[in-house]
Amino acid sequence: MEAGGPVIPVPLAAFGLFGEAFNFVFSGTEAQTGGVTVGGPEQVLDLAARQLEVTLFALGVAIFLALPVGLWLGHRQKGEFLAVSAGNAGRAIPELALIALMAAAIGVGMVNLVVALAILGIPPILTNTYVGISQVDRASVEAARGMGMTELAIVRKVELPLAVPTIMGGVRTAAINIIATATIAPLAGILTLGDFIIARNVYGDAGVLAGAVLVAMMALALEASLAGIQWAMTSKGLKLERS
Amino acid sequence: MAELLAAVDDSFFTDRTGGGCIQENKLFCPGWVADNYDRYVDPTLQHLVLVGSAVVAGFLIAFALGVFAHRHRFLQTPFLAGTGILYTIPSISFFFLLLPITGRGALTAIIALTAFNLQIIFRNMTNGLRNVPQNVTEAATGIGMTKSQVLWQVELPLAMPEIIAGLRIATVSTVALATLAVFANGGGLGTEIVSGSNITFKTGIIVAGSIAVIMAIVFDGMLLLAGKLLAPWKRVAQ
Repeated sequence: MEAGGPVIPVPLAAFGLFGEAFNFVFSGTEAQTGGVTVGGPEQVLDLAARQLEVTLFALGVAIFLALPVGLWLGHRQKGEFLAVSAGNAGRAIPELALIALMAAAIGVGMVNLVVALAILGIPPILTNTYVGISQVDRASVEAARGMGMTELAIVRKVELPLAVPTIMGGVRTAAINIIATATIAPLAGILTLGDFIIARNVYGDAGVLAGAVLVAMMALALEASLAGIQWAMTSKGLKLERS
Repeated sequence: MAELLAAVDDSFFTDRTGGGCIQENKLFCPGWVADNYDRYVDPTLQHLVLVGSAVVAGFLIAFALGVFAHRHRFLQTPFLAGTGILYTIPSISFFFLLLPITGRGALTAIIALTAFNLQIIFRNMTNGLRNVPQNVTEAATGIGMTKSQVLWQVELPLAMPEIIAGLRIATVSTVALATLAVFANGGGLGTEIVSGSNITFKTGIIVAGSIAVIMAIVFDGMLLLAGKLLAPWKRVAQ
């Protein structure tokens, strides 16, 4: 894009940096390095799409790997130490060091990024799935077994529905960690909305603030969507019990 | 983005020993660490200040909110939702939302990390107070305790194991998150991970990351111990 795009709307200047950030998103501003126009709806949507893509991809991988293990351990009531310590250890991993080490030691790119982000997502999903399943009233499980249900049917029709709120709690924690860390993905060579924040020398303070607002909005929107999914997945009986 | 991924320029290493290991940028160079451990002292101290301030401030605010919401139950839902929003906003984004107000620096990082902590501590405190058996509070009222005596001498001590559990989660998460403070010019161990404009020096990343993990484990152990010392009845009961 060449310079000389849409003129900055004057009234917005009154809002100081927030006004500039608004302009950055909706019409773009000249790069600090000069010459080209950066920001603007096209780039914003592009980077936002990349951030969402990376986040959902990594969250999907984390769920795919952690959920079956959590279900199995929880159903067998075994491996509490493993499941719970995984959650504790996961919290101690410094996100920045993980991304930086993956990028420096293995290389930049989509696959490495998704692996690093999935590593952050696995612990809370594993721990919460284990806790949710193993806390299901054993009387309900015995009753299901007495009715002649297979073990798989017990997991699917009794334990899983009752554990939905706890499991989704873990998925939401994982999603927040992943989308937050996807913000520093530019360090691993994948440009997300975090590029506006990290590459201040290109986008300036207006770009940094715009990036911060967009990332915050995106994280809140993701959290709200997952809360909605959780509500839709929770059985009617559990909802009545809680209200 | 090219600037960020640029290869390390030679001058970065020339004044350091470690031989070929550094020049080849191998995964881990113990010789370099032995010669340069002193460069991690300041970032580690800064990291301790960031984490300590954020956890103490988060605890004080969440504790006050918790006591207030305990007296006025209708406030629990809005407080939970409000702290939930602060928890959900990624810290790195929060740093720069504060940019027009507090600028760049450690204060900005501490405010963002504090905001992140509130939800974890508040939720555990609320759960802890809710799980105090009703017959205990009724007995306390029955022997003539006032409402605030019941709260401070009965309910809070009984809720303390859960409050400490929340504090442990908050502290460990904050140690990890505080590495991001480097983006807000807040110092800390992140400065040794993203040094200048490069993130390609593997040994440096491993050392800084390991210090953060060890710090988290030590804090966690200290809080675990404090919880055991402060709740001796738990040991008797078990």
